[in-house]
Amino acid sequence: MAESTASGQQTARPSLASPSIITNVLGVVASLALTFIGLTAITFVIGRVMPADPVLAIVGDRAGQDVYDQVYRELGLDKPIYVQYLRYLGQLADGDLGTSIMTAQPVMEDILRFFPATLELATIATLLGIFVGVPMGVLAAVNQGRWPDHIVRIVGLFGYSAPVFWLGMVALLIFYAKLDWVAGPGRLDVFYDGVIDPVTGVILIDAALARDWDIFNNAVSHLILPASILGTFTLAYIARMTRSFMLDQLSQEYVLTARVKGASERVVIWRHAFRNVLVQLITIIGLTYASLLEGSVLTETVFAWPGIGQYITNSLFNNDMNAVLGGTIVVGVCFVGINMLSDLLYRLVDPRVR
Amino acid sequence: MATIETGSFRAWLLAETPGSALQARSQSMYLAWRNFSRNPIAMTGLIVIVSLVAVAVLAPWITGSSGLEPKLGDRLQSPSSTHWFGTDELGRDIYDRIIWGSRITLYIVGLVSIIVVPIGLVIGTIAGYVGGVVDSFLMRLTDIFLAFPRLILAMAFVAALGPGLENAVLAIALTTWSPYARIARAEALTIRNREFILAAQVQGVSTLGILTRHVAPLCMSSVIVRLTLDMAGIILTAAGLGFLGLGAQPPTPEWGAMISLGRQYLIDQWWVPTVPGVAILIVSLGFNLLGDGLRDVLDPKSGAS
Repeated sequence: MAESTASGQQTARPSLASPSIITNVLGVVASLALTFIGLTAITFVIGRVMPADPVLAIVGDRAGQDVYDQVYRELGLDKPIYVQYLRYLGQLADGDLGTSIMTAQPVMEDILRFFPATLELATIATLLGIFVGVPMGVLAAVNQGRWPDHIVRIVGLFGYSAPVFWLGMVALLIFYAKLDWVAGPGRLDVFYDGVIDPVTGVILIDAALARDWDIFNNAVSHLILPASILGTFTLAYIARMTRSFMLDQLSQEYVLTARVKGASERVVIWRHAFRNVLVQLITIIGLTYASLLEGSVLTETVFAWPGIGQYITNSLFNNDMNAVLGGTIVVGVCFVGINMLSDLLYRLVDPRVR
Repeated sequence: MATIETGSFRAWLLAETPGSALQARSQSMYLAWRNFSRNPIAMTGLIVIVSLVAVAVLAPWITGSSGLEPKLGDRLQSPSSTHWFGTDELGRDIYDRIIWGSRITLYIVGLVSIIVVPIGLVIGTIAGYVGGVVDSFLMRLTDIFLAFPRLILAMAFVAALGPGLENAVLAIALTTWSPYARIARAEALTIRNREFILAAQVQGVSTLGILTRHVAPLCMSSVIVRLTLDMAGIILTAAGLGFLGLGAQPPTPEWGAMISLGRQYLIDQWWVPTVPGVAILIVSLGFNLLGDGLRDVLDPKSGAS
């Protein structure tokens, strides 16, 4: 956050100083801070109105009243509510999300262990969405109103409308159970579990680092189905947005000029029109990437993918409130952070927004 | 005789100068409908949604059972002429459960709408019309909710309130209202300086009266388009919460919960989890088609995107 402020000010050289860039960046930073305050306030309130007694969860129901009172005071529950909130913010700033009842470990450590799996899934899903969705969108825009456009529109509508958890189950039934083309649920086959060192936690990278290509291939085989399913919505969204951005550009005069000058259709589309779409596309991709980090909850459940979504869901069923709220905050921070970054990028790169 | 009557009714609807407020209103609705009914995508969507409503209303007459009582003798039967979509793990007819489940889907859709639209309209119109500090404050609040991850936050809310259909709806509504406030504000900003508002102010109409009688009604068409487009997402989120076990609880025939219960029978009795999924797909597709079409008709500006 501080970094982006600094770079924002550096790019605005005195001679060219346009105060709007700085105010823009400052505005983004301020709303980022506000959003974090809002997010933590909500998780704090949820933690308070939760019917489960936090003291009881620690001391157990056989402890005496004096022990109960002591823990009550240690947790700061006797203080006014705003003091409790400030204290909560202080803990968060230290990266202290409390201890998980389920795993008996700090929630932060749990999350760091589960997060790479989600990151891996969401990243591959987004890449699939980009590499299939962008060409689809361009194809649709270039053939506006003809059959490629209609096909892309129909595929997009299905991508928007299908329940992702159901799609995942059907895909498992067809490609794993019936056709046996891909590996089943989980990240690796059981006998590969724990073979390589979790350097980054992202199995594809770890396996590549260890030059263990059997594991790498196995991981790909496990990953490809959940990533495709998770990427369906992204693909539909990216294709639709690419189409509408491209249509905007293709109706501009410079495209006509390029055509009149005799530029080939390929050059007009890719070198002229598409280049101007890039900034908008990056913003859109940032937004969908952030939403995938949270959207993976359902996919992870279906594919038994040990990521943050599954961690939150399991904690929820075990009434492990620290873990649920910790996970919510971490996902929320990533979500808000990525959204703001793409917003910032858009403001810095696109001259029309300045 | 009848043709003459419809002919004159048509003429009344298409008259150059409407003679009454009723005629003017009927005319604009008729023209919108003519536009709308020419759009095949929108019509397909409308047919799906109308069928959903019809099925929900007619449920007692088109089902053979309430879909709730177990009949263990009929467990996991494959689709046949007696059980069109087969039976589930407790021997309940899946067709009956799907039909009854349509009521739950409509209930979710209706409940979310009547929570989200008023909140969005109140916050948005006040922010846009009053402006200044009030506007800044309300819009920051809206931005905060807009920036939140929706499903995770809904999960956290449900965790706090306890699982159940109403709590799931409430959680979805709490994370859904913000775009409506944005839309209503944008509309209110453009309406605020128009002459008829000035006229109302001069006549001494109170701010509340202006907001409810003049500003809010004009925001409705954009809000409705957005709501229809959002409906599929709302249905999918509700089904997702049901699938996770956080929404409607068994034996309620909520489609997402049905998929969740049928999950373990996927490989050998594929119809148990597959049929409810198809139902969700059709309904959310219907709303998406309808929303796309409505946007073209009511909001021609954004038709290109």
